Amino acid sequence: MANKTVNMVEALNMALAGEMERDSNVVILGEDVGVDGGVFRVTAGLYGKFGPERVMDTPLAESGIVGMAIGMAAFGLVPVAEIQFMGFLYPAFDQLISNASRIRARSRGRYGCPMVVRTPYGGGIKAIELHSESAEAAFCHIPGLKVVVPSSPYTAKGLLAAAVRDPDPVLFLEPTRLYRLIKEEVPEEPFTIPLGKARLVKEGRNATLISWGSMLQKTIKAAEAYDVDVIDLMTLSPYDEDAVLASVKKTGRAVIIQEAPRNCGFASEVAAGIAEKAILSLKAPVIRVAGYDVVLPFPKLEDFYIPNQRRITDAIEEVLKY
Amino acid sequence: MPEYNAGTFEVKRLDILDSHGNSDRALMPSLGEPEIKEIYRRLVLARAFDQRVLALQREGRMGTYASILGQEASQVASAYAAGNGARVFPSYRETGTLIALGYPLYMLFQYWSGDERGMKVPEGMNVFPICISVSSHVPHAVGAAMAARIKKEPVPSVAYFGDGATSKGDFHEGANMAGAFNLPVVLICQNNQWAISLPRSRQSAAATLAQKAIAYGFDGIQVDGNDVFAVYTAVKRALDKARNGKGPTLIECFTYRLSDHTTADNASRYRSADEVERWKKLDPLARLGKFMEKENMMPSGYAEEAARQATAEVDEGFKKYEEAGPPSPEDMFRNTFKTPAAGQMKQLGSFSGGK
Repeated sequence: MANKTVNMVEALNMALAGEMERDSNVVILGEDVGVDGGVFRVTAGLYGKFGPERVMDTPLAESGIVGMAIGMAAFGLVPVAEIQFMGFLYPAFDQLISNASRIRARSRGRYGCPMVVRTPYGGGIKAIELHSESAEAAFCHIPGLKVVVPSSPYTAKGLLAAAVRDPDPVLFLEPTRLYRLIKEEVPEEPFTIPLGKARLVKEGRNATLISWGSMLQKTIKAAEAYDVDVIDLMTLSPYDEDAVLASVKKTGRAVIIQEAPRNCGFASEVAAGIAEKAILSLKAPVIRVAGYDVVLPFPKLEDFYIPNQRRITDAIEEVLKY
Repeated sequence: MPEYNAGTFEVKRLDILDSHGNSDRALMPSLGEPEIKEIYRRLVLARAFDQRVLALQREGRMGTYASILGQEASQVASAYAAGNGARVFPSYRETGTLIALGYPLYMLFQYWSGDERGMKVPEGMNVFPICISVSSHVPHAVGAAMAARIKKEPVPSVAYFGDGATSKGDFHEGANMAGAFNLPVVLICQNNQWAISLPRSRQSAAATLAQKAIAYGFDGIQVDGNDVFAVYTAVKRALDKARNGKGPTLIECFTYRLSDHTTADNASRYRSADEVERWKKLDPLARLGKFMEKENMMPSGYAEEAARQATAEVDEGFKKYEEAGPPSPEDMFRNTFKTPAAGQMKQLGSFSGGK
């Protein structure tokens, strides 16, 4: 099987093309996804390859896009909806929490909702307001909705294919800062990475660093100087608690790194799980490295807000004191 | 340069059967006596069920319920036109639609008693589960119509909602999408004049709700919603149009909610008894009865027999509902995902069954 060196945008594009070739029910809809190929070029070339019926340019209406995808999914299609930025997903929050996540339960299994909502997420791209959101925790709180975050081109391709094949709705958050930051070898053939499973990026003895998305890359850099486990959660909901607990029971120390504000962030859920189920293995307090509980600042102050490598290093040093 | 007229629009209104039971023969749909009798039978059944749930609710044996009293013609005649050849997207005040489509009564009792098994729509029925979040199902109907087009299935979508829903964003986004993609969708707005306590006049400054369709680039029509023939005709036409690739239609059924919003509401707080009395005289069931009498379709004792049969069907449905018993507590762990997540399985494993 041949490999290709690609960035995350290209990897996502490969995944979409592969899934559309594999299953004629897979369709794409969203704003500027067709003729234009998407504002970040993730759907580039797909309109030409699969035609306007399978790559639909929609009117500017996020709730309508997600709502329409629900109807399409319930009646035999597998829609992949693109929302241009996570900050524009909020109008469709109602469709996700009131409908997409409940169709299976509401109909007691008569109808399913096999759909994916893709959206660029996170900061670090010097964009205007509402273009750098990290609101994953709000969506992880919704039963019936899966939330997936890739951290590299390889994981992006495998996770997106798995999300498309999943029988339930998946929110697929694409770290905008990573879109073109890293290139790596990715198999050209379709492959999947199972949802709900974390991956151990680096193995060590003294602490467990847990992260996802764009912060994972910073975490890996910070971890270079230490003998630690680094876990990439990849799926936030439902997350791989067993992998976290197994590692923390081994190392006795945990640092969880997220870009989102600290208050009620996903790191808090992970920390609570450790407190409930692994506290007797802990040698040090669990530390969350997170954004501040402030409204995300504009680009000139963005770098002061988003956790940097130094803050991660400080947290590692802190837990290693014990 | 002088201003000029950039567009001229009109909104049609359709009335066929008046409140005295006289019909406009030129406009009558081609329904034979057996079909008209079948519509009557379903109207009677819908009303019987509705009144039974209200009675049971007062006894504490059903949960909060949204009555359809007064709206039976809009619901039953539209459902009769749609049949099983369209996908129906109901809101919570569509009991008449569901009954007219043949939805099992015991399941409706289950639903309104708080048992989710009642919304496991039977296989073979083209009905989507009841949507509580007002107007949020309009885009679902549009998406289903898109799926039908892509999969080359001749199945239009029919979405039901009220006057209040037309003020909401999802109505706008869904209707606009339906127009922009020219999809086979029929939007049935039951304008029952009241959104809980807000009168139609304050819901929108628009003279009709049907005219909203004009802005989305497709036809809107207002019909007498208490006239089974006008409703049937408009829905049939809209479905034919949809099946012929001619796009969506918005039908405003001009009707009235004779009951409170729900059993938790008291409409006398915000509307006059006179108004309710005026609308009672426009009752859709009585009106069809008068028509059938005039047309000699109503032999002596017919109405009583139809009522007796409806009562028997409702009795039977209720008996079946009671026999089904309550759902198993473990049921709540099923159907969140197709395959339960590991965490859900752990919670189920330690679940005490409420003991």
